[in-house]
Amino acid sequence: MPTIDKERNTIIISKPIVHTSAACYHCGTDCITNSIAIDEKVFCCEGCKLVYEILNDNGLCDYYKLQSHPGLSQIKPARSDKFAYLDNEEIASKLYKFTDGNHTMVTLYIPGVHCASCMWLLEHMNKLAAGITESRLNFTSKEVTIRYKRDAISLRRIVELLTTIGYEPYISLDDATQEKTKNYNKQLIYKLGVAGFCFGNIMLMSFPEYLSLDKGIEHEYAFLFRILNLVLALPVFFYSASEFFSSAWAGLKQKILNIDAPIVLALIITFARSVYEIATHTGSGYLDSMSGIVFFMLVGRVVQERAYKSISFHRDYKSYFPIAVNVVTKDGIVSKNLQDLQEKDVVELHNDEIIPADAILINGNARIDYSFVTGESEPVLIEAGKLVYAGGKQVGEKITIQVVKPVAGSYLTSLWNHHSFAKNKAEKNNRDSMIHVMSKYFTIVLFALAAATAIYWWANDPSKILPSVSAMLIVACPCALLLAATYTNGNLLRLLSNNGLYLRDATVIEQIGDATHIVFDKTGTLTQGSKQFHVTGHQLTEAEKAWVYNTAIHSQHPYSKALIKYLGAFPVTNLDKWEEHTGKGLYAEIEGSTIQIGSAAFAGVTLEQSGIQPALYIRINEKVTAFYIITEFRGEVTKLIPALNERYSLSLLSGDNDRQRAELQSLFGQNSQLLFEQKPLDKLHYIKKLQDGGQSVLMVGDGLNDAGALQQSNVGITLADDINNFTPSCDAILDAGKFAKFPALLKLAYSGKYIIYFSFIISILYNIVGLSISMQGKMNPMIAAILMPVSTLSIVLITTGLGSFVAKKSGLSLKA
Amino acid sequence: MSALYLLILASITVAAFFLIAFIWSVRSNQFEDKQGAAMRMLQDDEWNKN
Repeated sequence: MPTIDKERNTIIISKPIVHTSAACYHCGTDCITNSIAIDEKVFCCEGCKLVYEILNDNGLCDYYKLQSHPGLSQIKPARSDKFAYLDNEEIASKLYKFTDGNHTMVTLYIPGVHCASCMWLLEHMNKLAAGITESRLNFTSKEVTIRYKRDAISLRRIVELLTTIGYEPYISLDDATQEKTKNYNKQLIYKLGVAGFCFGNIMLMSFPEYLSLDKGIEHEYAFLFRILNLVLALPVFFYSASEFFSSAWAGLKQKILNIDAPIVLALIITFARSVYEIATHTGSGYLDSMSGIVFFMLVGRVVQERAYKSISFHRDYKSYFPIAVNVVTKDGIVSKNLQDLQEKDVVELHNDEIIPADAILINGNARIDYSFVTGESEPVLIEAGKLVYAGGKQVGEKITIQVVKPVAGSYLTSLWNHHSFAKNKAEKNNRDSMIHVMSKYFTIVLFALAAATAIYWWANDPSKILPSVSAMLIVACPCALLLAATYTNGNLLRLLSNNGLYLRDATVIEQIGDATHIVFDKTGTLTQGSKQFHVTGHQLTEAEKAWVYNTAIHSQHPYSKALIKYLGAFPVTNLDKWEEHTGKGLYAEIEGSTIQIGSAAFAGVTLEQSGIQPALYIRINEKVTAFYIITEFRGEVTKLIPALNERYSLSLLSGDNDRQRAELQSLFGQNSQLLFEQKPLDKLHYIKKLQDGGQSVLMVGDGLNDAGALQQSNVGITLADDINNFTPSCDAILDAGKFAKFPALLKLAYSGKYIIYFSFIISILYNIVGLSISMQGKMNPMIAAILMPVSTLSIVLITTGLGSFVAKKSGLSLKA
Repeated sequence: MSALYLLILASITVAAFFLIAFIWSVRSNQFEDKQGAAMRMLQDDEWNKN
């Protein structure tokens, strides 16, 4: 079956390149021909050569010294007026971060950034164009901030320049409508810094107390130290710990007893009792322990919150839609804001552009790739007068459409706005999280015990009610549980991401552990871009292959590329005649022979009616060869599915037809459900049905077409070849290259629960030992002061150690 | 022993200086792009020399 790859604007080459033939000096792609060369340097295409020439002219060839083959393949040039909409001041102004009329600052997201050379070149933009005063790249977030003078250069010119040198910015509707979310929580870092400062100094001030110096001549200092401790504890209690106060309060307002509630209670009681002891000169309080525990809990929280900046999990359909479209009006073609697009507007769409709203095709050869919406990867031919739906992508020549529904009312957006998207999944996961459930019971038991103690002392010695109950609440703080959970999850997040599975947040780990049923999408998930080819009919001779090669090499069409890949390299010869009929095929004359490559109609062949259709026909004079492109399963799939079958029940949902059913059924086993020709809503309902049947569903899908189902499932994992490219609302992103490790990754996530249980039991043992010693009055303050950080550190070490141990045993790598 | 007062004052002042330095570094976005800074310092800039 012929398929068209979901082409990206840039192809990122970061993997090591095998040098079978000459590698392109610019991008490192294997060169099919040696004919594109300059200064003894070989290039894979004219685009790469052009970039080299521009850089050479501007003395920027250091670019190639920092890293060999740093560039991005330029084999797919951008359309010249693609960014014409940036000339529209109203649209461009939405991208400005700052402008005073002339000096302007814009920040552009450049997905192609990948190495030191990229950074070097992007920070020397001022050498490439007058008017640019400064450019600065944030490598982690792949955003370049450019300052320029508007009287010297336009935004469109800058964006086009970036595109020419291979760094095409990704500009979407999202840039215009949404506030940029901060990469990380700075407040949390401040709180951590303050807590660390206070904790360290309180420990220092407490040393004399531990060594019982207050009994000797230094007694005069004891009170000073206590006062200083109290002063230092104030920022910890009122500022650093506010993280836990607000979380506990938010929980209580929703009538939920989360883990922060008993922790906050313990903090308040510790603080109050310490103040009381210091004020009445009866003791030194527990401020050291309090600030220590706040510090360690904050460290855990920071470790866990270390977000993956380069991956954006919260994009919605807006990030796929362009910021502006070309509208045909009486005064010619005008760029219009997508939000301002109205019914009856006539829109021009070029190759690879996304249909912004449901519309009627007016003219042009529409070949619409609906893989975003339906999952069907084969472009659909649409006749003039028929409806085209938003989210489809035009492949081929320019088309004109008339909008019938506004952007917000289209099929895709309505799917996106389906109720399953509205609910805040992360919040729900968090509420049902294991540690919150455990802490709820923990708190109830603790209160019961505290009440029993209070009643006992009320009967025997009422003066002891307050000291004993407060001591109990302080010691039984479930900090260890929180610490165990945050450090375990933080470490697992790190390990998983090192192995190619990037999670949205820590609650996803638990959800993966609870999954019972795995649903796979077929297209793009089990199958992949790389293909097998085969030919039937006339077998080409070597001479004929060279002719075909020379005909196809000049075409940018994906099928031509596939044909070249199949044929291999041949010497370049001159053609007598060469024509490209867009959407139909290629025609060439060489050494007196005519060569036609293209569709059946173009080659003048009658269609074969049954079976898999050839991608294209090659006709040399009267001899016809059919060329097939067959989509392959990913290599790992055959091993992976049986491995998963042992633990999970499996299903397969496909938007495609069922011609591969037999093959898939034997792979998945007889017990697995295989459903074909599923629309996105069907997939969503199937998952809902499984969930209603008590299953916890993990779905592995790709891209936007599965967005609804991914969102509905308990865990939605997107498989991505380039993790920075398409990341719709999902819980996790799996690097497609690491698909073979999927079962091991699931196992690691599953182990998290047991690691938390184990370390919690250890911490309870600590508490019991500590409590029983102190109840007998044998606790030396020095030992207590050492024991607190030691017990905390041992929990940290146990959780991280166990996680790494499980990862290593499952054959995962510990480092990135 | 009154030297102790001075020492306590000195130690807290030094520690506070580091806390302020830390907060300043976070506030001035020095942790925004750790990878980038690491690469930038290794690049010779010929134009700045001239």
